[in-house]
Amino acid sequence: MPSLKDLRNRIASVKATQKITKAMQMVAAAKLRRAQEAAEAARPYSQRMGAVLANIANAVGDGEDSPRLMTGTGKSDVHLLVVCTAERGLCGGFNSQIVRLAREHIRRLVSEGKQVKILCVGKKGYDILRRDHREKIIDRVDLRDVKAVGFVDADKIARQVIALFDQGEFDVCTLFYSEFRSVISQIPTAQQLIPASAPSGDTAATDAMNARLGGAIYEYEPDAGEILTDLIPRNIAVQIFRALLENAASEQGARMSAMDNATRNAGEMIEKLTLSYNRQRQAQITKELIEIISGAEAL
Amino acid sequence: MADTFKFELVSPERLLVSAEAVAVVLPGSEGEMTVMAKHAPLMSTLRPGVITVELADGQKQSFIVFGGFADILPDGCTVLAEAGYDRAAFDGAELARRIEAARAEREQASGDDQAFKLDEYLSQLTTLQGTVPPA
Repeated sequence: MPSLKDLRNRIASVKATQKITKAMQMVAAAKLRRAQEAAEAARPYSQRMGAVLANIANAVGDGEDSPRLMTGTGKSDVHLLVVCTAERGLCGGFNSQIVRLAREHIRRLVSEGKQVKILCVGKKGYDILRRDHREKIIDRVDLRDVKAVGFVDADKIARQVIALFDQGEFDVCTLFYSEFRSVISQIPTAQQLIPASAPSGDTAATDAMNARLGGAIYEYEPDAGEILTDLIPRNIAVQIFRALLENAASEQGARMSAMDNATRNAGEMIEKLTLSYNRQRQAQITKELIEIISGAEAL
Repeated sequence: MADTFKFELVSPERLLVSAEAVAVVLPGSEGEMTVMAKHAPLMSTLRPGVITVELADGQKQSFIVFGGFADILPDGCTVLAEAGYDRAAFDGAELARRIEAARAEREQASGDDQAFKLDEYLSQLTTLQGTVPPA
């Protein structure tokens, strides 16, 4: 049985923890709002990029001169996994969920006899993955100093990935991140980056496009192939940027709900401790009273 | 009153403009061009330069972009800019930083193709620096 003093200390420490988790929850809520705004602001670009890409891919077709980033190397022996996680912990299952998905992927690829390489974005994923896949990690990107993810950061990662591809380091590239649904639901997602799956020629969209064109023929300046070679690396950067923004929102959402839980747990704990503290205090008072009374009776 | 069309300027981070415009001057990679309503469908890459928009209400707005794409349709024009800034709020520091970065990359460039591309990019940036007075 802990003494009264122990209980008092315990209550004080849990209260302090509760204050911290509460503060973290509020900070996460504020950051979440900002991250969501950023994700929303970036949406028009990626949407229009998708539309432009679909249009141009239609024009170029699957000819032999379409860029390698789109057609791939024709093999799938070496896989590059870009695993995007957070820089910090204390956000529930956020990091481990992404890593778990990546791990399952790795296991499947390895059992199929493929070679796997990993590029870690964010410290946490690196920390977890290096335990059992250390030799597979080729590099890690640190975003710790980055306050709000900018397109420049995504562009840097994209360049690195494309440079690796040009050197023939891998055949297929998959991006892992967490898609933001709501504060309580973030879905770990795997998305293939290279070869870029060409946006399928949606017939309704094509028809609408043709109606807008009014029978005129699209002109390309410089020619379509050249625009496509310029567009695809940019599209990869946009995809990574989107993934990073989704991740940022998911991280804050996950942290918010994790800290909400922690705050509630701390509250319950305080209640329990206070109850046993009061009981013990009462017991002690009763004991003292009995001692006084029995002492008086003995006289 | 001339016909108007829908003009949109989007950067990866946000939507900069979405408005009805009368005429837009774009820095196309093959040369400057003015887009007006009922322009033939055209898709062009852009070089770093200044975009000038004449809005339907007669106002003029300028933006600095660093490369990108323009998707032009008879009833609209969408510019996907790599990075876009309002001309009024733009200071030379950002441009100088980009030139610096491009120079550093040029130093390490391997292969003639890449070097040539970077040289071109650099000259476009320095031309832009000539037209934009440093803050």
